[in-house]
Amino acid sequence: MLGLLLAVAVVVPVLNLAVPEGHPLHVSTYTVTLLGKYLTYALLAVAVDLVWGYLGILSLGHGAFFALGGYAMGMYLMRQIGDRGVYGDPVLPDFMVFLDWQALPWFWHGFDMFWLAALMVVLVPGALAFVFGWLAFRSRVTGVYLSIITQALTYALMLAFFRNEMGFGGNNGLTDFKDMLGFNLQADSTRVGLFVASAVALALGYLACRWIVTSKLGRVAVAIRDAEARTRFIGYRVDRVKVAIWTFSAMLAGIAGALYVPQVGIINPGEFSPLNSIELVVWVAVGGRATLYGAVIGAIVVNYGKTYFTGAFPEAWLFALGGLFVLVTLFLPQGIAGLFRQLKRRRSGAAAQSAAA
Amino acid sequence: MSQMVDNGRDLLHRDRAFDFSAQQRAWLQFKESMRRDRTFDFMVKAKDLELDVSHGPILYIEDLNVSFDGFKAIDHLNFYVDAGELRCVIGANGAGKTTMMDIITGKTRPDSGSVYFGQKIDLLRLTEPEIAEIGIGRKFQKPTVFEHHTVFENLELAMAADKRVFPTLLARLTAAQRERIDEVLETIGLTEHARREAGSLSHGQKQWLEIGMLLMQDPLLLLVDEPVAGMTHQEMDRTAELLLSLQGKHSVVVVEHDMDFVRSIARRVTVLHQGSVLAEGSMDQVQNDPRVVEVYLGE
Repeated sequence: MLGLLLAVAVVVPVLNLAVPEGHPLHVSTYTVTLLGKYLTYALLAVAVDLVWGYLGILSLGHGAFFALGGYAMGMYLMRQIGDRGVYGDPVLPDFMVFLDWQALPWFWHGFDMFWLAALMVVLVPGALAFVFGWLAFRSRVTGVYLSIITQALTYALMLAFFRNEMGFGGNNGLTDFKDMLGFNLQADSTRVGLFVASAVALALGYLACRWIVTSKLGRVAVAIRDAEARTRFIGYRVDRVKVAIWTFSAMLAGIAGALYVPQVGIINPGEFSPLNSIELVVWVAVGGRATLYGAVIGAIVVNYGKTYFTGAFPEAWLFALGGLFVLVTLFLPQGIAGLFRQLKRRRSGAAAQSAAA
Repeated sequence: MSQMVDNGRDLLHRDRAFDFSAQQRAWLQFKESMRRDRTFDFMVKAKDLELDVSHGPILYIEDLNVSFDGFKAIDHLNFYVDAGELRCVIGANGAGKTTMMDIITGKTRPDSGSVYFGQKIDLLRLTEPEIAEIGIGRKFQKPTVFEHHTVFENLELAMAADKRVFPTLLARLTAAQRERIDEVLETIGLTEHARREAGSLSHGQKQWLEIGMLLMQDPLLLLVDEPVAGMTHQEMDRTAELLLSLQGKHSVVVVEHDMDFVRSIARRVTVLHQGSVLAEGSMDQVQNDPRVVEVYLGE
């Protein structure tokens, strides 16, 4: 899995930069960016699988953490525009000039510094997840009730971010980004750089999650998923385990969002929409729960399907997504990863049989 | 007959019938929290509390009351267990056996009464994990093991250890811990099944695994709820052996319906009826008690 990811991270940039255009093996910059976007989705899916597959928390609001990370990065990119905006104000982003604001709101200060923005990318989703998780898990809100309040959380944030007075660009969101760390965002090399950064982030995120789920804490998490009361009786503080893993997962989602925004060039409140969060649960279900690599496969397969379908038959996409979900639930309850495992078992079974015969 | 029992109960609890107003109760609670022989509750960590069994009993339940929607599940219950004792609790369905276990382990809060572990530790002030931490382990009526973990992992998870989040994340099995797990595997007779998923074990094996998980916690007091329900006779004999081997090192309270099984392990038996103690003594004494015969054995 990691080897494949590494190979992609090396081969794709080489094919883009070193192979001349027009050559059959050339990978266009458009494709590189598209793949980069898929990789950030894959990281988001891994974050969801960590809490859903291993801890049994079905989050229908992980899109909110993704979007918050995205907004933190978007604010940095906005400040980098400087006086190159339409209104040419050296400090205020265009939408603030348009709203006739005189000064930068307090929470926009410091976002011209990359390190602060990068810190906020993990801190803001992490802090929200911590407070939310602390309240919810301590009160032992579980199951479908928890799913519903996560959904409400992302919906509330969407409504809040739609308001111009919030100071995040209202329904237009943040866009027109020019450069990042001094590199032009439109340049091929920057695109490739972001692609590689996404691949590295995915690899590190995957490894971190793998480390957690193979540790004793991971076994405690699965125990909580399967028999929460029992876990409490043998002396684990279930709420604290949940808060810790939940917060970590939200931070991963934030990083995914931060890498997503410079590649697509816009972040708006639509990212908070509950539908996004539900869709990403479908990715994990399609790929296979509680495997981590299944989440990566699911995110990439479904999003490739989405790109293809919305290009070929724009109206049919939602039907295709719904149909896919039904088919997977009916025939592949363990997702694509489960299919792999079954094939492997069948092959080893056949080998054992032929060895016996 | 039942009239007599009722009278007896009234005599016992006559001196308790105070009727405090809300303010009086708040003041009493405040005074209780300011007692000079105690630290403030919030300054005491559960694991720092020491168990004091110098007077004999390890568990004191006094004048306990719980009702659910008007139904008195526990009614002025007094119950003591000595350190190192193996005690059986019997009683018909609805006698309050499981509710009593729920209260001891912190799952249910009583309406009034006190539950002390040793002489100093007030169990009613602690949460479920804290109660587990100070050394009270519980086996449920329905065997609940972690189905997707192997037998070995089930025992590993239950093992007495630092169970906070980060120490758990960084935990590595030491040789001594591995040995301890092997030892318990031996005790419960599941050594050759150590690598199997717990979900694939038979009913009896799951019950033993659960007792094993209790042993891994190294509890001072084990609460065992219907350990032989659904077991074959051979399995029952093994379970009896297992429980008898724990006596002395641990205090054990066994709730059971099966009278043959109770007879095979019990020194002292407590009969619960309608939420309070009907009789207590050796199996023979209890069996010959006319009240017990009437409400339970003679049915």
